[in-house]
Amino acid sequence: MTNILIAIIVFLIIALLVQILRVSELLSEINNTDVNEVTDEDNNTQGKLYLAITFIFLGFVIWQMVYWNHFLLPGASSVHGEIIDGLMSFTMNLILVVFFILTPLLFYYAFKYRGKKTNTAYFYSHNNKLEIIWTIVPTIVLSCVIVYGLQTWNKAMNPDTSQSKVIEIYAKQFDWTARYSGSDNQLGKANYKLVKGRNQLGVDLNDEKSEDDIVVREVHLVKDQSVLLKFRSRDVIHSAYLPHFRVQMNCVPGMNTQFAFTPTQTTAEMKEQEGEDFEFILLCNKICGVAHYNMQMKFVVETQEEYDAWIAEQKTLKNTLTLK
Amino acid sequence: MSEHHKETFITKYIFSQDHKMIAKQFLITGMFMAVIGMIMSALFRLQLANPGQSFAILEMLLGKWAPGGVLDPSMYLALVTMHGTILVFWVLTAGLSGTFANFLIPLQIGARDMASGFLNMLSYWFFFLATVVLLWSLFVETGPASGGWTIYPPLSALPQAIPGSGTGMTLWLTSIALFIVGSLLGSLNYIVTILNLRTKGMSMQRLPLTIWAILLTAILGVLSFPVLLAAALLLIMDRSFGTSFYLSDIIINGEVLHNAGGSPILFEHLFWFLGHPEVYIILLPALGIVSEVIAVNSRKPIFGYKAMVGALLAIAFLSFIVWGHHMFMTGMNPFLGSVFTFTTLLIAIPSAIKVFNYLATLWKGNIQFTPAMLFAIALVSTFITGGLTGLILGDSALDINVHDTYFVVGHFHIVMGLTAIYGMFAGVYHWFPKMYGRMMNKNFGYIHFWGTFISAYGVFFPMHFLGLAGLPRRYYTNSAFPMFDGLTDINSVITFFALSGAAFQLIFIFNFFYSIFKGTKAKQNPWRSNTLEWTAPIERIHGNWPGEIPHVYRWPYDYSKPGADEDFVPQNQPLKEGEVEH
Repeated sequence: MTNILIAIIVFLIIALLVQILRVSELLSEINNTDVNEVTDEDNNTQGKLYLAITFIFLGFVIWQMVYWNHFLLPGASSVHGEIIDGLMSFTMNLILVVFFILTPLLFYYAFKYRGKKTNTAYFYSHNNKLEIIWTIVPTIVLSCVIVYGLQTWNKAMNPDTSQSKVIEIYAKQFDWTARYSGSDNQLGKANYKLVKGRNQLGVDLNDEKSEDDIVVREVHLVKDQSVLLKFRSRDVIHSAYLPHFRVQMNCVPGMNTQFAFTPTQTTAEMKEQEGEDFEFILLCNKICGVAHYNMQMKFVVETQEEYDAWIAEQKTLKNTLTLK
Repeated sequence: MSEHHKETFITKYIFSQDHKMIAKQFLITGMFMAVIGMIMSALFRLQLANPGQSFAILEMLLGKWAPGGVLDPSMYLALVTMHGTILVFWVLTAGLSGTFANFLIPLQIGARDMASGFLNMLSYWFFFLATVVLLWSLFVETGPASGGWTIYPPLSALPQAIPGSGTGMTLWLTSIALFIVGSLLGSLNYIVTILNLRTKGMSMQRLPLTIWAILLTAILGVLSFPVLLAAALLLIMDRSFGTSFYLSDIIINGEVLHNAGGSPILFEHLFWFLGHPEVYIILLPALGIVSEVIAVNSRKPIFGYKAMVGALLAIAFLSFIVWGHHMFMTGMNPFLGSVFTFTTLLIAIPSAIKVFNYLATLWKGNIQFTPAMLFAIALVSTFITGGLTGLILGDSALDINVHDTYFVVGHFHIVMGLTAIYGMFAGVYHWFPKMYGRMMNKNFGYIHFWGTFISAYGVFFPMHFLGLAGLPRRYYTNSAFPMFDGLTDINSVITFFALSGAAFQLIFIFNFFYSIFKGTKAKQNPWRSNTLEWTAPIERIHGNWPGEIPHVYRWPYDYSKPGADEDFVPQNQPLKEGEVEH
């Protein structure tokens, strides 16, 4: 029944459109004008609409910036993240300035130079000086953006990792597992062919370094202590995304990737700032299958004492896998 | 082929070798696919704004993929994948280039037809076959491809990883291989025709910017599409013949695969070696079209013709050395990331030149607001808005936190999607009189434009905020994470505008088909334009001009030239005594 109703409505709308078209064509025939010829009146209306849309569009943009600002991620909770945030606000301000100059200018020109039968356009085919200026100015501005960007990139990607605590993040459809390197700060070897039973990460138990490794489903970090995350994937490409720390790295089967960073705020501090619900979360950010939208693991940043208490409760691989 | 020969129904409308008919075939097929792609986006937008809610329309259209009217997560991914595939390849590559390259090249350079009418016909029919195979994949048991339009293996290689990587993916790959063959046949033809068949006097410096843009687009296509074909063939080998080009160290559903030594990153490199030039294959024709439309309707020469050509060349060249910016987070050597950041941000320079030159063209113009002109100005706006956010995504350090989030979705839909679609609309409104000998209704064009323009910004601008909130793209719902709870508000706004934008396209489609049959008769040169196509008679003949092909004596942008009798001087008018060329 509803389908028939919808069909009737659609049909009526089309019939209405046809009639409107016919009427407008017949009217202009009576007036001896061409309905599709752009008149001065059209130019006037459309030009003014462009002027109006300037305010509507820019108003909409400002409205979003005001009312949706609280949705944006809080400031970075990592050392390199703060540098990235600096670059971000520099770039964002730059593009907002350019946007708020060029957009109104474009629409204003559309309004200002709306056509009139009596007007003649100004024949102006080129001006080398002008063109050189607007080649050189963007070049200079971009050089600054590039230099600033590359410096930030180098700082973010090449931190000193000699003191970093090594943790492995292991991805599979559709969950994360973490492996702490233990007291020797070295991960035991692993191979996908060794995945079996409870040894879900395929850790080589004959490797001495693996004995003190600790496998967990929640990552705890110490504030102001550098950490080196090493990523592996078992099945498809995943991407480990920690938005609050400004950390992201793909996890690729058959390949090892890594990312080092230093957290600067504890979960407790962030809860105070952002509300009780706040958690540091690891998300998957590369389409990986049906439940891609729900692949998460909690990260907790805490003080050294809290961390020590937590890690002491966790069992090493030697205890969990070999002694049954 | 200088004489208009006899045509039967089949040679005229189906297996036509006339470039004008082939252009219309590409256009109509492209529009058909655009409607399908748009409906798909409307369906998944419903889910995104109302996670888990039941809609009768979903069950009606998708059947078992929306049990009880709730969209299934794997069908969500399939819709996203097919929407991307259809819009990128079918609408904005074949629909845009196929239509306007075919239609405009011979008419604007003064040729009877393409260099090879037969190859041109083949190009369309390969495209048609590809379309059939792609649509077929929508109806297979395990659903269409659903690993994202970028089809990264291993996800796309393993049917165990996602249902869409079964038969759906096989058909996707077959379809894209056919598509590439069609595209290559077309592109080769375009290049040869432009270089060899220009009429007397049509030097490269007198080519309309549309043709320059199409020429560079075709060159990009010829150089990059074969790489995607290679990538697809290797993926087919991995999927069906047990090779390990892209696969290594994989356990899927508890099954240990034998594949060793391959690298998924290799696929990403091959894919984006096409994928980035592809962005400009989509963009350049649109920029070419609006260069023409803006000049005609400002009644002014395009400002800085040589700089415009130079900028096109620079963009085309740079587009080949920036593909790595799609892969900053793959674990590539940070130094390599630096190089790609550098080359990527350089593209902003020629892009800025183009924007400034468009602005200078409007300045002190006598702007005629045809529907085409409205879309052309809107294109400059989206090119500015979307281009600027590229400064964030192209900067590897900033990409760390916005990579693969909705910020990217907002960015590329504005700078590539909207820009190219607006160029396509501008082209259709502008050349419709030439294609069908009738006019599209102006007032319906106005309504279509304003509805589209407002809706489109309403859809894609808010996405930047989703991205800056950290929301990854291709999420079936944002409700699995408490940190994204508030974002459903933004998603509702986006979905509202998406549906309204879709509704306004119905007006366009209606106007288009109504005008083909019932539109008012067009004058020979309705926009008082200089380019050669408007010197050809209104009625379609195979061979374009009844007598001799016109000769060209000037560039195409002599609008409002001091000393001229009218505010336009067609290219086939000889210079007056003492007149300087420009």
